[in-house]
Amino acid sequence: MSLRTKIITIIVVFVVFFALGVYPIMASRYKLPAPQWLMAHQLKLGLDLKGGVHLVLQVQTDDALNVETEQEMSRVQQELKTRGVPATATLVDVSHFKVDGVPPAQDQAFRQAATLEAPNFDRSSGVNGSYTFSMKPNIVVQLREDAVTQARQTIERRVNELGVTEPSIAQQGANQILVQLPGVTDVDRAKEIIGSPGMLALTLVEQGPAATKEDLLRATGGQVPSDMEVLSGGPDVAAGPGAAASFYLVRRVPAVTGHDLRSARPELDENNQPAVGFTLNRNGAAAFSRVTGENVGRHLAIVLDKIVQSAPRIENRINDQGRINGSFTQEEAQNLALILRSGALPAKLNYLEERTIGPSLGADSIKSGVLASAIGLISITVFMLIYYRLSGVNAIVALVFNLVILVGLMAYVGAVMTLPGIAGFVLTMGIGVDSNVLIFERIKEELEAQHGVRASINAGFSRVFWTLVDTHTAALISAAFLFQFGTGPIRGFAVTLFFGLVSNLFTSIFVSKTLFEMELSQRKVAALSI
Amino acid sequence: MHIFKNTNFDFLKYRWPAIAVSWIIILAGVFAIWTKGIPKGVEFAGGTVVITQFDQGVSVQQVRAALDKTFPGGDTVVQSYGDPQQHQVMVRVPTTGQESGSSLSKTQDQIKAALTQASLGNFKVVGSEIVGPIVGQELTRKGLLATFVSLFFILAYLAARFQLSFGVGAVVATIHDLLITLAFLAFFRYDLSLNVIAAILTMTGYSTNDTIVIFDRIRENLRAMRRDNLDHVINVSINQTLGRTVITSGTALLTALALFFFGGEVLHGFAFTMVVGIITGTYSSVFIAAAIVSFWRGSGPARAAAHAPGSAAASLPPAASRSKQRKARAS
Repeated sequence: MSLRTKIITIIVVFVVFFALGVYPIMASRYKLPAPQWLMAHQLKLGLDLKGGVHLVLQVQTDDALNVETEQEMSRVQQELKTRGVPATATLVDVSHFKVDGVPPAQDQAFRQAATLEAPNFDRSSGVNGSYTFSMKPNIVVQLREDAVTQARQTIERRVNELGVTEPSIAQQGANQILVQLPGVTDVDRAKEIIGSPGMLALTLVEQGPAATKEDLLRATGGQVPSDMEVLSGGPDVAAGPGAAASFYLVRRVPAVTGHDLRSARPELDENNQPAVGFTLNRNGAAAFSRVTGENVGRHLAIVLDKIVQSAPRIENRINDQGRINGSFTQEEAQNLALILRSGALPAKLNYLEERTIGPSLGADSIKSGVLASAIGLISITVFMLIYYRLSGVNAIVALVFNLVILVGLMAYVGAVMTLPGIAGFVLTMGIGVDSNVLIFERIKEELEAQHGVRASINAGFSRVFWTLVDTHTAALISAAFLFQFGTGPIRGFAVTLFFGLVSNLFTSIFVSKTLFEMELSQRKVAALSI
Repeated sequence: MHIFKNTNFDFLKYRWPAIAVSWIIILAGVFAIWTKGIPKGVEFAGGTVVITQFDQGVSVQQVRAALDKTFPGGDTVVQSYGDPQQHQVMVRVPTTGQESGSSLSKTQDQIKAALTQASLGNFKVVGSEIVGPIVGQELTRKGLLATFVSLFFILAYLAARFQLSFGVGAVVATIHDLLITLAFLAFFRYDLSLNVIAAILTMTGYSTNDTIVIFDRIRENLRAMRRDNLDHVINVSINQTLGRTVITSGTALLTALALFFFGGEVLHGFAFTMVVGIITGTYSSVFIAAAIVSFWRGSGPARAAAHAPGSAAASLPPAASRSKQRKARAS
């Protein structure tokens, strides 16, 4: 490569990375003209610099297993009843249930029922006609994975409805979800909207409301029939504040669920109280109009997350419209409509971590990061100029190139600058200039051995090359594991370190050497200022 | 300009005192950790941190007094935070074991309520961090794993590029640096936080740098000085590279110090770890790493160690001829 080509290469690289990284930052700060696409690619700031909310949630995947186990168990129970087998099924844990009391004569019928209705379970027999059903391991894995994926998708829909710009929702580990909401300051609302199960069910009331469970179950002889369940209602709104909680006996399988919703919106009810109106999709409407048509005069429970919100009397057949009344505030009604629109979560979510960074705190961090960078750069420049004199200029030019390329690379790949990332930026200066120090020291050695300026420079670069490859490789190895270990800010740091090291190899060897060659080509150099 | 010119220190002679000093620091660190424990940041220990900004200045004592009723016992940390002009106070309450699900932010609400009740003037929460007890355990495990796996890969890389003994020397020196840094973190009671772990991992990469430079020179000199014994070659190599070892660490130290003094509250622990790591990294490169190579190989004639693989230039380093004269003086 001729010197001319090298210089052109360096200028092109510099201009490209400057335009990608540094220029958009200057443009947004000093209102310089810049094309839209360039500004859209601007280096992104992390949550710790921009301010916002960072949440870590754990998906209780056991819930998803439990649902599946309960479903198959109740189907088996139903099938046994149809076939006239007098056996009872009971839940053992989230992925096991057992069936007791299968008469030996009806073993065949039981086996057929079980194979038909519990395909996802392995069956093992015990004594006296008892059987244990365990969920197949691959199904367990599948259900858990699906639950996490679905939860992530549901959260994505909810966050999008919230209208947050550039949110980040990512799975982390086996069952955790990391949610980052830049610019959000109302943590409580965000948490409620993300974490609400949002399970809507419309189901017929069989008994109730009653003030206590005992009252409720008097008609059924104190037992809960196997296809029904007892749900509590919030305090009755009509009875005024302070009224006691009430209990309802409802069908376990609801007529309509949140899956059948087409839309939900906040509205006002006949008493001008905030409520949530909903419209069902075609499937839901068909089921709903059949159930309401057949049960005029009875009560329909509107159940949200296993709590009966209200249980109005069915006056006539309803097609696809309904309304949830409760003692909502306007904001609650809005939130609920949003949650219902985005669908139910497949399992309960557990908050593990919450971090809020106010915008002022982020701005302070940027300020001190910039200050530390400036002071770091100035002190390195002063040292290099004193110690290496004119060659120090060479090293500083290479270092500035290094930093410009680093920022440009980060913007180009869409990496995020975090506060530890700024630390990585500052350290890149201190570590980056080391490559030049090693080269210069070697050149000094060669000069002392009377090898002539040109030969010394060439030897300095070529001898140190492999040392630099080795030191950079070791540092890259730890940066790679840092990336793999960390999340959020730490990843930002690892990325900064990584790109800093890679661009340093280019600037310390190629740029710095070309600068020396430029100097040598100008005139005959007898002594090097180093 | 030169800081060191033609030095001729017998570094290997000081390896025993050096190792003794290191052990004393490490054992003191172990003692400090054993008796007082390693203070863990909220990411690791779990708990609640709330940073509040008051409209007018309040003293740490006032805030502490306000919180004493709600959080009795001495475990609550109250510190002024950031720029004193901004009247910011950080409150940290250790984990109650309840920081999950719907009760995640209960402690935060209690802190806010207690501060409101104490009528210390208007305040707002500018930042908070709540971590449940589960997260920490996982992080500790992952942090340790990442450190050891990256050490292993560095060992493998150096063993391939140099020789096994060199890889072992570099990695032992790095482990030494990790232990010394942990000891200093314990002495100065810095919280073990994610940032500190990041700094420690960065250090594992960086502290091998000086070691590699020295090893490179040893390898180069071994080819030129076949008749000399290994210990002598090591000493000569360390002396020849002493200037650059000190300068490269110095520039890195300059930036780490800039971070320490100007980088703000959040990066304090990070910067401290880097400062200690850079200093001990330099020390171990000079006194520990090569000493390990010497132990490993025995100080037999250099010839045995000379056929080190590697693609570095095979020619003589310019100073080799000089060092021969020095050897004559030394013996």
